Amino acid sequence: MPVIVRIPTPLRTLTGGNEEVSLEAPATVRAVVDQLEAKHPGLKDRLLDEKGVRKFINLYVGEEDIRFLEGLDTKLTGNEQISIVPAIAGG
Amino acid sequence: MTVRSVAIPDHSFVRAHAHDRILDAIGKTPLLRLGRLPELRDHPDVRIYAKLECQNPGGSVKDRAARQMIMDGLAKGTLGKGQTIVDSTSGNTGVAYAMIGAALGIPVELVMPSNVTEPRKRVVRAYGAKITFSDPMEGSDGAIRHVRRLVEQSPERYFYPDQYSNPNNPLAHYLGTGQEILDDLGSEVTHFVAGLGTSGTVMGTTRRLKEASHPIRCVAIEPSEAMHGLEGLKHMASSLVPGIYDAHVPDETLFIQTEHGWDMSDRLAREEGLHVGHSSGANVVGAIELAKRAIAEGKPASIVTIICDRGDRYFAPMKWEKSYVW
Repeated sequence: MPVIVRIPTPLRTLTGGNEEVSLEAPATVRAVVDQLEAKHPGLKDRLLDEKGVRKFINLYVGEEDIRFLEGLDTKLTGNEQISIVPAIAGG
Repeated sequence: MTVRSVAIPDHSFVRAHAHDRILDAIGKTPLLRLGRLPELRDHPDVRIYAKLECQNPGGSVKDRAARQMIMDGLAKGTLGKGQTIVDSTSGNTGVAYAMIGAALGIPVELVMPSNVTEPRKRVVRAYGAKITFSDPMEGSDGAIRHVRRLVEQSPERYFYPDQYSNPNNPLAHYLGTGQEILDDLGSEVTHFVAGLGTSGTVMGTTRRLKEASHPIRCVAIEPSEAMHGLEGLKHMASSLVPGIYDAHVPDETLFIQTEHGWDMSDRLAREEGLHVGHSSGANVVGAIELAKRAIAEGKPASIVTIICDRGDRYFAPMKWEKSYVW
C-alpha cells in the first residue's frame, strides 16, 4: 500500500514543487526517509543528522510525533500519512 | 592593554522611569557587554554588546515596530474607530500588537501558523487577542497569504499594518534602536549584526548607523538553509521577500546553522546568565564571527547585536518538547 508523505514549503524545491510524495510500502519511518532520499536526493540531510531526526524537524505518522512512537523504527502498515512539520513558523 | 573611555550621553541621567502608558515603556533598552565569552578572553579590545530587546514590556524587539505602525495608523486615520488590527505573525509581533491593542482598547486578530510556540499563543490570548491558525506546512508565508485574503474580503473591518511592507517597521529602529546604540557607545561602535525576519531591525538600525560620523560595518544574518529552526528569521531565497527588505542596505550577510544558534542560546544562559531565544543565539554566533575576524586582523572592535526575546518564550512549544531538556 502506498504511504503519502506531506512535504513542507521549504523542502518543495527538492521535490519539484510537489506537496506530497507517494512511496511504495516502506516498512518503517527510516525506510520512508531512505526512499525519499532515493527519489529526491538531498532530503535525508535536511531531516536527519548523526544523532537521528534533527532537533527542529518533526516527523508525524498520522497525528502522532514519532518521538512518542518508536522513532525512526516506527513500523508502518501502509496507508499512513507521514508529515514533515517544521518545529517553527519562520520569520 | 589599551583602555578606552566610553562617553556617557547626557540624557542617561534624565532617563524617565515613570511612564503614563505602557507604550512609553517600549525602547531605551539596556546594552550589556558579554564579558565571559571564552572566544574574547584574551582580547579586551574586542567587545560584544547585546542590546536587550527582551526587556521591552511585550518581551521582544517587536514592540518597537508594532508601536510605530499602530501610532502611524492612528495619526493618519488609517486605523479608525471600530476597526480591528489584523496581521500575520510568527509570534512576537502578535504579542506586541495584542499588548498595545489592549492598552489602547483596540481589538486585535492575528494569523499564525499553528506550529508557533505555545507560550506565544497563550500570551497573545491573555491580552485578549483572537488567533486564527494557518497551515503549519506553509510557515509564515501561509499566514501572510491567509491574512491578505481576510483583508480582501472585508477591507473596511480591518487595519492591516502589514509588518513585512510597512516603512514604519524599519523607521522604529531608525529612530529608536540605531539612535540608542549611538547614544550609548558613540564612536566606539564598529559593527552591528542582527538577523533578518521582516528585516525591519536590520534595515532601520543600519540606515541610522550609516549616518554616524565614523564607519560602522552592518551585517545581516540569515538561516543557512530553507528548512531551519531559528524562529523569527527568514531564509530569503526561499521565502516571500518582505517589501521593506533591501539587500543593498547591509554590508554583508552571514548564514548561520540552526544548531549553532540553539547551542549558543544554551551557552549564553550558562555562561552569561542570559537566557535568550534561538534567533538571539544566532545573532551572537554572528557577532563572535565578526569578533574573530577583528582578532585575526589585530584591530579593536565593539560589535553590537540584538537579543530579540527571552528563552522562556520557547518552553514547551510543541508536544515533543516534553522530553527535551532546554
